[in-house]
Amino acid sequence: MSKPKLITEDGIRTDGRRFDELRPIKMEVGVLDKSDGSAYVEFGKTRVFAAVFGPREVHPRHLSLPDRAILNCRYHMTSFSVEERKPLGMTRREVELSKVIREALETVVFLEEFPRTCIDIYIEVVQADGGTRTTGLTAASLALADAGIPMADLIAAVAVGKVDGQLVLDLNDIEDKYGEADMPIAMAPRFDSIVLLQLNGRISKDEFPRALALAKKGIMEIYKLQREALKRKYSATPQGGM
Amino acid sequence: MTLPLHSRKDLTARIMQEKIYSLLQQGKRLDGRGPRDLRPLTIQTNLVEKAEGSALVTMGGTKILTGIKVEVGTPYSDRPDEGSFAVNAELLPLASTTFEPGPPDERGVELARVVDRSLREGKAIDLKKLCIVEGEKAYILFIDIYVLDYDGNYYDPALISAMAALATLKIPRYRVVDGKLEKTDEYFTPELTALPFSVMIGVLGEKFLVDPQIDEEKVLDVSLIIGTDEKGNVVSIQKNSPGPVPMNLMDDIIELAWEKTQEIRRKFLETVPVKLAGE
Repeated sequence: MSKPKLITEDGIRTDGRRFDELRPIKMEVGVLDKSDGSAYVEFGKTRVFAAVFGPREVHPRHLSLPDRAILNCRYHMTSFSVEERKPLGMTRREVELSKVIREALETVVFLEEFPRTCIDIYIEVVQADGGTRTTGLTAASLALADAGIPMADLIAAVAVGKVDGQLVLDLNDIEDKYGEADMPIAMAPRFDSIVLLQLNGRISKDEFPRALALAKKGIMEIYKLQREALKRKYSATPQGGM
Repeated sequence: MTLPLHSRKDLTARIMQEKIYSLLQQGKRLDGRGPRDLRPLTIQTNLVEKAEGSALVTMGGTKILTGIKVEVGTPYSDRPDEGSFAVNAELLPLASTTFEPGPPDERGVELARVVDRSLREGKAIDLKKLCIVEGEKAYILFIDIYVLDYDGNYYDPALISAMAALATLKIPRYRVVDGKLEKTDEYFTPELTALPFSVMIGVLGEKFLVDPQIDEEKVLDVSLIIGTDEKGNVVSIQKNSPGPVPMNLMDDIIELAWEKTQEIRRKFLETVPVKLAGE
């Protein structure tokens, strides 16, 4: 298939967005009963569940650490989440993404509060339409908060990319596939720090600062939605004395 | 509130971290380098006659061997006029006490995928030149990277060795006789179309260092591997460890990565014979 046109002359993208617009986002915490914390996050047609178990006992026990909890993370896509059926089990891509997502979360979780335990995070992508690792990380951070695990900050994530020569925010699948670059970024906004950064594609070094600024703008919007989602479940209105 | 990472290192690591940080404040490092100095680089090519391309690269105490085997296969249906390549990496148990026998763990997978991205997005080779018969036959390159000795930062020497093996690749030429593929006695070297190289940058406090040696790598706040091409494009990035990268350091990090990858490109061209397309 040849490359379709991704941005019109009027600057409109394939799904009707401008270059600096996020897709429609839905977030909900506490969506799965058996886990200690969970979240569902949707960015357009990208749909992801995340669940957290723990802190709980480590098996086998000799793997436990005397001074802090172990953080385990599995990023996984369902077989039907993509156009062509994904084989069962973990692909190399999923192994790599599990690692970088875990490392992003390790940056903010107070693991030393729970020595000799482990915290398990499972991310399931039920439909992939671009930005699954960033959506997964955004959901995982909410699930950790829902599980009551102390963190220095929530983590919000989004990809910026280059499509038809232009920098755009929050790539969808077709933009990722046919675009020139995909740069997923996650931040701990309170610390103005990047906790996940990857680049697949080409961005000239002169464009780089603009790409980062665009990502940060999107991340601040996502961060606000995350806090709102948590408040929807956890805020309490005083009922008055009885 | 501060990020929790600072208390995670054990006592010896914290002592080492303080030492490395105080050296950096004086513009020095454990092995006598300056913060922006790469370790000495050596590149030897054609070490393995049975491989169509090979290279042994040392960067300080880190030693990487890459071999390329070439097979003839069918092109992907969505790219009928292109050959393909696949990158694998193994962290061999003889290279470090922290590496174990068995299939590649997440570190090995990550190394292979980071090198793959740099080669692919850096457009190191023209895959169309690897097509033999459109839609039917094409060369497939298996680029296999082995870490032989690990003394910190295996990413950059791994990419250098893959590039050196590619630059000196000798592929048997095939011709079509009566609709069948026949191997000839001739060989060809596909020209490189760009020169992507990467550099690992470590952050400790507000200080940077490039190409960390293993004792440094263990105590860094965070590290990034950044790949560029010779035209000033950033072609790959991987933040490969937990920890925060302050947003306000990013511009300097990218500029430093450009400067150091240019230096690696110059050194590479001094030792490896390169046929660059369009020259």
